[in-house]
Amino acid sequence: MRPVYIIGIGQTVVGEQWERSLRHIAHDAIIPAMRDAQIERADALYVGNMLSGELTGQEHLGALIADFVGLRGIEAMKVEAACGSGAAALRMGYIAVAGGIHDVVIVAGVEKMTDTVGSVTTAGLAMAADQEYEAAEGVSFVALNALLMRRYMYEYNVPHAAFGYFAVNAHHNAAGNPYAMFPEPITLDTYRKAAMIADPINLMDSSPICDGAAAVVLASEPMARAFHNGRRRVRIAASAVATDSLAIHDRRDPLWLEAAWLSSQKAYSQAGISPADVDFFELHDAFTIMAALSLEANGFAERGRGVRLAEEGEITIEGRIPIATMGGLKARGHPVGATGVYQVVEAVQQLQGLAGRNQVHDANIGMTQNIGGSGATIITHILVGE
Amino acid sequence: MTVARTWRTRRQRYSLVGERCDHCHNAIFPPRDVCPYCAEPAQTQMALSGRGTVYSYTTVYDAPAGFGEFAPYPVALVKLEEGPMVTAQLTDVSPEEVTIGMPVEMVTRKIQEQGEEGVIIYNYKFRPQLQRQARAA
Amino acid sequence: MAKQNGSVLLRPQRAVGIVGYGAYVPRYRLPASEVARVWSGRMDTLPIKEKAVAGLDEDTATMSIEAARNALARARVDPHRIRAVWVGSESHPYAVKPTSTIVAEALDIVPLTSAADWEFACKAGTEALQAAIALVGSGMADYALSIGMDTAQGRPGDALEYTAAAGGAALLVGPAEESVARFEASLSYVTDTPDFWRRAHAHYPSHGQRFTGEPAYFHHITSAARLIMEETGYGPADFRHVVLHQPNTKFPQRAATMLGFKPEQIQAGLLVPVIGNTYAGSSLVGFSAVLDVAEPGDRVLVVSFGSGAGSDAFIFQVTERIHEVRDLAPRTSDYIARRTVIDYATYARFRGKMLMK
Repeated sequence: MRPVYIIGIGQTVVGEQWERSLRHIAHDAIIPAMRDAQIERADALYVGNMLSGELTGQEHLGALIADFVGLRGIEAMKVEAACGSGAAALRMGYIAVAGGIHDVVIVAGVEKMTDTVGSVTTAGLAMAADQEYEAAEGVSFVALNALLMRRYMYEYNVPHAAFGYFAVNAHHNAAGNPYAMFPEPITLDTYRKAAMIADPINLMDSSPICDGAAAVVLASEPMARAFHNGRRRVRIAASAVATDSLAIHDRRDPLWLEAAWLSSQKAYSQAGISPADVDFFELHDAFTIMAALSLEANGFAERGRGVRLAEEGEITIEGRIPIATMGGLKARGHPVGATGVYQVVEAVQQLQGLAGRNQVHDANIGMTQNIGGSGATIITHILVGE
Repeated sequence: MTVARTWRTRRQRYSLVGERCDHCHNAIFPPRDVCPYCAEPAQTQMALSGRGTVYSYTTVYDAPAGFGEFAPYPVALVKLEEGPMVTAQLTDVSPEEVTIGMPVEMVTRKIQEQGEEGVIIYNYKFRPQLQRQARAA
Repeated sequence: MAKQNGSVLLRPQRAVGIVGYGAYVPRYRLPASEVARVWSGRMDTLPIKEKAVAGLDEDTATMSIEAARNALARARVDPHRIRAVWVGSESHPYAVKPTSTIVAEALDIVPLTSAADWEFACKAGTEALQAAIALVGSGMADYALSIGMDTAQGRPGDALEYTAAAGGAALLVGPAEESVARFEASLSYVTDTPDFWRRAHAHYPSHGQRFTGEPAYFHHITSAARLIMEETGYGPADFRHVVLHQPNTKFPQRAATMLGFKPEQIQAGLLVPVIGNTYAGSSLVGFSAVLDVAEPGDRVLVVSFGSGAGSDAFIFQVTERIHEVRDLAPRTSDYIARRTVIDYATYARFRGKMLMK
């Protein structure tokens, strides 16, 4: 396998982009990424997206977006793994470059979620779950996470308020990210008083519905050298995917993200590191409960202690394992199929010292993890600054 | 859900018909073609008792499209006495009455009406075990 | 058992009885005072205390399924031996598409069974019962399931809205030797009397107000009761329990008095004050309440009334087996005791009385 480098990044401000359609949003991330990489063509474009068919009636995004950004003719296709679609697209790009198929690949994640009314978006998101045995019961995606959170609180005797540290950290970091949807800090009091969505999940436990796109340019070593833009080189040291049952009720232990464990173990092994070597972790905090479960399944906390890590301040920029360093899904925003690529863009920013006031000191190894559904597809990437 | 999709699974939906694996003897719901425990094919159909306990619960306030007329409604992960866990709505209960560990039993209820002119979809739901009144022996 | 030609009694060739019974009453209760509060302002003439209201996710099919599950739990009969599933109701969820196939599917009675929906206002349930008795009594089948169930509607503010309720019962008919109540005789008495009706696409029924009384309810129910007693040679004193269709509290009480019955004879089956008029379910759920408390040897008279109009009368005698099966399923009183009072606004939402589009 050949080493794979990230030679360019681009992203749009996450939010309600009323003036821009799906293809425009994709354009707004891809063009800056190509400019950043100083390339005019690529061998292929992989688009991560979950809901274009359901929410905008548009599938076939590969060709559509390739044409729209001026790359008509190249290999292009959409990659889908629910909310893990962004990292799944990156995984495809990684395979293509590492396997020697392509030398320069663009990976974009894009999602347009605001063209539909709330109940349709809610039903669309529930497509990440088991349609016949979860969604068919009228259970929303938020509700599935609420079922996990309630059980977690019960089993580990954790009060709801303890999860507030995740939300406070995410909003604090978003304040330093010009691309974030919610750049306003919140307090634990804000968290406690937030409106209930599906108890115990309140508005501040939950990531927002929004539009956004992010893109990266991958390159083989010779091409990375040829297109070097003067910044620190970032290599993808690990790329790993694992799966679990789509439905929570089919898992042997609903409070254990088996696919996170499996994919992170593979990733640690590929990169030759252990969790202690990770300088920051862009995790999939679609809900605060997912942040807690992720810290545990990836080896950063004992079972039932994920929330404690947040309470003790270990997840902040200065902490032992900084998470959501640019706001995370909670406060940067979670345009579902784009999120996995946002995480990687932000990891590159950290490794290249571009994170501004959110800069993690001495950041050399960053991990990103994108989750499809309530834990059925989990994709881990480890990035190293060279 | 289209007519054919619900029709295909009517036995599971109306009366919680699952399977028992011929190889590892685990109870399975919903029915599958390959046993999730031992990955062997071929199972024997088995009606589940419908009795279980609440493993976790929440309330859906913002219902997905198609379920709005029933909102708000409580939903739960129910651990069946035979072993499998199912995701289901709770009925005949107010959200504040639900607790983890609460004994529940399966009932067949309407889960969706596809408009005034569409089909009515029936499905399993769970309710608190019906209280029997004390009797003189 | 065989009858000479010309008898007005309906009696089968083969001795049959009820081998399993089951009730269902939904959880919600609307006090009659709530209807009065919203519409009439008069609390002095309430026809009942409260009525049972189906939840948002309930209809005649779901309620029939639960009642039938209770009946089968008591009967302990292999569902595949049941050759008919007949549901009587005036609130079938579909105008065209049987309720009975939904019930048959849920109880695993399909596919080798007759399935049909019956309609005759409030006596649709006893029609199904009479037909089930005939099917088993003729030897065509060993078991037939009959159900009377309704989620009755009354026009907002109308007298019927105080009482139109949800509930009913399922009765599995089978061989007499397996029965908890042996069937003795039946009789039907019908005329064309338009006391109450609902046109095909109307949401609410209409009625002839006081015309529903003497020429309709009282004439048919007392005629049927008197004739079946005359023909069988029984007098009022031969019955431990009597169940008469119950549109309100007063009508069955008055009819019972007219027929020479004492208040205690109708007491066990008189559910209307606490669950309302369950229409096609009314006389059958009253019968199930009687079976919950009756003793072996007790003779029971059941007389339904359906608008349009007619009455079906039945005589049963309770057997020793009643003690074996009674607690294999919830009793009628368990459902009645399970009650959550709702206000008129909640009721209006549950019953689809608000204009949504």
